[in-house]
Amino acid sequence: MPESTAGSTPALRIENLEKSYDNGFQALKGISLEVAPGDFFALLGPNGAGKSTTIGIICSLVSKSAGKVAVHGVDIDADFPAAKKFIGIVPQEFNFNMFEKVFDIVTNQAGFYGLPRALASERAEKYLRELGLWEKRDVTGRMLSGGMKRRLMIARALVHDPKLLILDEPTAGVDIEMRRGMWEFLQKLNANGTTIILTTHYLEEAEALCRNIAIINHGSIVENTSIKDLLRRLQREVFIVDSADPLPEQLTIESFEFRRADERTLEIEVEKGQHLNDVFTALDRAGVNVVSLRNRANRLEEMFVNLLETDA
Amino acid sequence: MNTQEKLIAFKTILRKEIRRFIRIWPQTLLPSAITMSLYFVIFGSLIGSRIGEMGGFSYMEFVVPGLIMMAIVTNSYSNVVSSFFGAKFNHSVEELLVSPTPNYVILLGFVSGGVIRGLLVATIVTTVSMFFTRLHIHSFGVVVAGVVLTSLLFALAGFINAVYANSFDDISIIPTFVLTPLIYLGGVFYSLDLLPSFWAGVSKLNPLVYVVNAFRYGVLGVADVSVAFAFAMLGGFTVAAFAYSMYLLNSGTRLRQ
Repeated sequence: MPESTAGSTPALRIENLEKSYDNGFQALKGISLEVAPGDFFALLGPNGAGKSTTIGIICSLVSKSAGKVAVHGVDIDADFPAAKKFIGIVPQEFNFNMFEKVFDIVTNQAGFYGLPRALASERAEKYLRELGLWEKRDVTGRMLSGGMKRRLMIARALVHDPKLLILDEPTAGVDIEMRRGMWEFLQKLNANGTTIILTTHYLEEAEALCRNIAIINHGSIVENTSIKDLLRRLQREVFIVDSADPLPEQLTIESFEFRRADERTLEIEVEKGQHLNDVFTALDRAGVNVVSLRNRANRLEEMFVNLLETDA
Repeated sequence: MNTQEKLIAFKTILRKEIRRFIRIWPQTLLPSAITMSLYFVIFGSLIGSRIGEMGGFSYMEFVVPGLIMMAIVTNSYSNVVSSFFGAKFNHSVEELLVSPTPNYVILLGFVSGGVIRGLLVATIVTTVSMFFTRLHIHSFGVVVAGVVLTSLLFALAGFINAVYANSFDDISIIPTFVLTPLIYLGGVFYSLDLLPSFWAGVSKLNPLVYVVNAFRYGVLGVADVSVAFAFAMLGGFTVAAFAYSMYLLNSGTRLRQ
């Protein structure tokens, strides 16, 4: 079960959502999910699973074939403009005019939401400063680096202060330092009450940021639960052990499977029910002088692959 | 969205459109001034002086209203077709599609941009024409109504073209192979009275004939067709183009998957 957060009306409720294209391809086969207000939610799935189609329907870039979508209780069929006001969207592809200035891109978006010019300028300054783009405000979009373009799209999505922010692979192609900075920004935003839905290929990102998760495969939800619950169900974890001395030639570690990574490093598998204390005891008996121990990234990735394999 | 918010959204689109064509004025405003100056010199002064009168006016006086209308038609059309297709091409149209801005506000914003460029170019061309001839306005109301309706109609036509276009070739095919021939055969340079009756009849199937003649009536007080009928046609085509554009936006044709 997904971890619940406060609030009665879901930030997003999807019921039996279907999408079939003209060529007969069924991208969504009746998915249902609910995202609580204030949640940090991950939507995962391999390429072509239906993530972007789902997001496209929520923000009106894709027409649904059947089903219902409600944003903060507003049914998109009943009043899509009202529902759209709740949503901020950061798409996967850059979708702004590269010849417009950064400041204009953000303030124009505010105008499309009906924000007066003065308020639009104030908000644009706030978010461009927070995202480190204020110095670039008079530069055209095409002059920005890839990471800056992504941050510009986040600033643009936030300018009308949406209650629900949807990010479609926001850190794709962004370097590690900038990705960490973006994570911090998103965590702060979430802590201030914005519900965030994130699709990502970096499962480490979902594990680090999100509380709940839905995994889509072949247009169906194959898992919808909390990240904690998902990880709890992992049957085994792999730990990397660094030894102070070269590993003994003849090495036997009681009760554990292991693999030599190099002459001073071991990868050791710990089954559900086994304890780390047992690992240290066994390593001590085997004559391995442990310097450090860490779990191999990425636990979620293993679970993800397992789930997809099961679904296939 | 309330009325105030819709107005802000409309003004945002319009401001964006105006800034776009002003920013690239050597591509949007200057060519018409140069082309029309050449028309005035060649057809009006050099060749026109040997043609003599047409429809009871000097040839220069006769062609000026048609040339002004030609500038309005091409500029209103090309402004919307290139701007909206550009937005589609670079996906920035999604900024509008995900926003709560109603479709009719989006349409009015883009079309108003085209109308304003058409009117601005008309002002430039009219100013240039004054170096070559004296303009008498027969009916100010007919002139204003003709100019506004025509620029509105062709801005809407440009929008429809942009929605269907998949490439930059698609936005030049209609202006090159449809619009330009219709303008040239629409009585800009000659009176329909010069044509054999069969071809004069065929010409009346050309909507540009009504556009040119309605405006010519406003300026000179003469026209090859009934002015009331010309306005009825213009009005009818404009309403139909608006309705079709709204249908395209509401259905998401070529805009939403």
